[in-house]
Amino acid sequence: MSSPTFDFSEVDDLYQEIILDHYRSPRNQKEIPESDMDVTGINPFCGDEVHMRIKLSGESISAVSFSGNGCSISQASASMLSDIIKGKSLDEANNLYVDFRDMMHGNDLNEDSMDNLGQAEALSGVKKFPIRIKCALLAWSALGDAVKKHKSE
Amino acid sequence: MLDVNHIRKDFPILSRTIYGKPLVYLDNAATSQKPTSVIQSLVDYYESYNSNIHRGVHTLSMEATDRHEDARSKCTRFIGAKEDKSLIMVRNTTEAINLVAQTWGKHNISAGDEILTTHMEHHSNLVPWQKLAEQNGASLQFIELDEDGMLNLSNIDDLITERTKLLALTHMSNVLGTINPVKELTAVAHKMGAKVLIDGAQSVPHMKVDVTDLDCDFFAFSGHKMLAPTGIGVLYVKPEILESMEPFLFGGDMVSQVWDDTATWNDLPWKFEAGTPNIADLIGLGAAIDYLESLGMDQVREHEMALTGYALEQFDRLNDIKVFGPKDLSKRGGVISFHSDDVHPHDMGTMLDREGIAIRTGHHCAMPLTRKLSVVATARASFYIYNTEEEVDKLTAAIRATLDYFAK
Ligand SMILES: Cc1ncc(COP(=O)(O)O)c(C=O)c1O
Repeated sequence: MSSPTFDFSEVDDLYQEIILDHYRSPRNQKEIPESDMDVTGINPFCGDEVHMRIKLSGESISAVSFSGNGCSISQASASMLSDIIKGKSLDEANNLYVDFRDMMHGNDLNEDSMDNLGQAEALSGVKKFPIRIKCALLAWSALGDAVKKHKSE
Repeated sequence: MLDVNHIRKDFPILSRTIYGKPLVYLDNAATSQKPTSVIQSLVDYYESYNSNIHRGVHTLSMEATDRHEDARSKCTRFIGAKEDKSLIMVRNTTEAINLVAQTWGKHNISAGDEILTTHMEHHSNLVPWQKLAEQNGASLQFIELDEDGMLNLSNIDDLITERTKLLALTHMSNVLGTINPVKELTAVAHKMGAKVLIDGAQSVPHMKVDVTDLDCDFFAFSGHKMLAPTGIGVLYVKPEILESMEPFLFGGDMVSQVWDDTATWNDLPWKFEAGTPNIADLIGLGAAIDYLESLGMDQVREHEMALTGYALEQFDRLNDIKVFGPKDLSKRGGVISFHSDDVHPHDMGTMLDREGIAIRTGHHCAMPLTRKLSVVATARASFYIYNTEEEVDKLTAAIRATLDYFAK
């Protein structure tokens, strides 16, 4: 059998090095002992899961830990998120979620929003793979829901 | 031997390309592709004799009624049932099992009774029993699996007792490919007075099935996995049980006489077919059966066994891949679920899609089983009559390339 050649260049947009790095070595895995907010995101169709524990000091996020199981995109996205929201207020965290969601839906973000998303900008390549957008959004929308719930309590 | 090149010409979709590559369709356990003859049977119905059945004396209605009932007879013959009235037409396997749970089950399973099932069931042969058990105060028991993904029957005599009212199990697993000894288990269950329901969603499309020989009480399958359109499925019930079962849905067509405050039921099987049925798709299922019978189910099985054997050999060479299910080809169908510690199934699925290769990834509607396998999800390739060794080669080469890509 002649061995076929594979051109995965299209896929490189999806699996950027930084994403694979977060997937292989996810950040903030050490569970924080006490939390003020527990965030869970589950995709029942595919079984991807993320769990985050968030410690607040006042209105701002002082510590985050995350655990999960799933595809590279869902886990890398959650790992990046756990880095980015540290030190942010809940409102800022929610804005990050809204910006990230807009980016996934193909909307242009202003420069400030892009800066705030930091490394997570690498996930913008996911939008070319519509079926995987929900993987990228899993942790972020779970965070958005949790902030809303926390504020209403 | 199947003439696969010839067969492939009957399936228009197989000439499609995906990202410029020829489609390699390996998601047959989810749903099969459809041959021209099936597609044409739908066009013929809608173009030449579309009308409601059982209701008119006009020519179209008579033609449609004849073709509809003729298709039912084909199903009867195909699964070795004795009478057409044993076959109830439903949407799919899921609806068939719910029908049994909420009619026969509701009236025959009570507090303290047990429903025995297995750890390899599709959600559609588990959740309806969970619900019934909750409604009626019964409990669920499970037959465990061994390392090879076969049923562990060493303690079967402890599991099937006089408390067991129903054994509900799959003929063939949609994840492991395991073909279960349903005939032997049916005999054991009957000895203890339990009834038996077999989920045939994965067996009927791929091998000769004879419900009379199996002696099961209920048997369910879906048309869409066996070349037929979506939206048509079949429930077989042993005649003597069907006679005593209460209707499932109420309304038109299922009645004999109706007064202001009461009604009597139509004859079997129409008593269980309320409302206008899926006429077109049952006719399509008839055409699908004609197609499969023209090939011969023994040939279909032989082709898939050979292809599965070839694929398992190729997978063996991949090293970094774990393959689930029995090693003995005579005990498994054409379904191969596999797992890599380094590449998540969804990532695998996305990569293979870029090569035009369609596989299924996820928990395959069998979450308890996926948990037992100690994985979150698996990737699954499943074969049918039109698949070739060349396609298996493409699959294994693309898996190799994906493993390398993620290891870079
Ligand atoms: C073993 C098994 N049982 C039941 C089903 C459910 O079939 P359907 O979705 O057609 O109701 C499937 C298919 O997905 C299956 O593989």
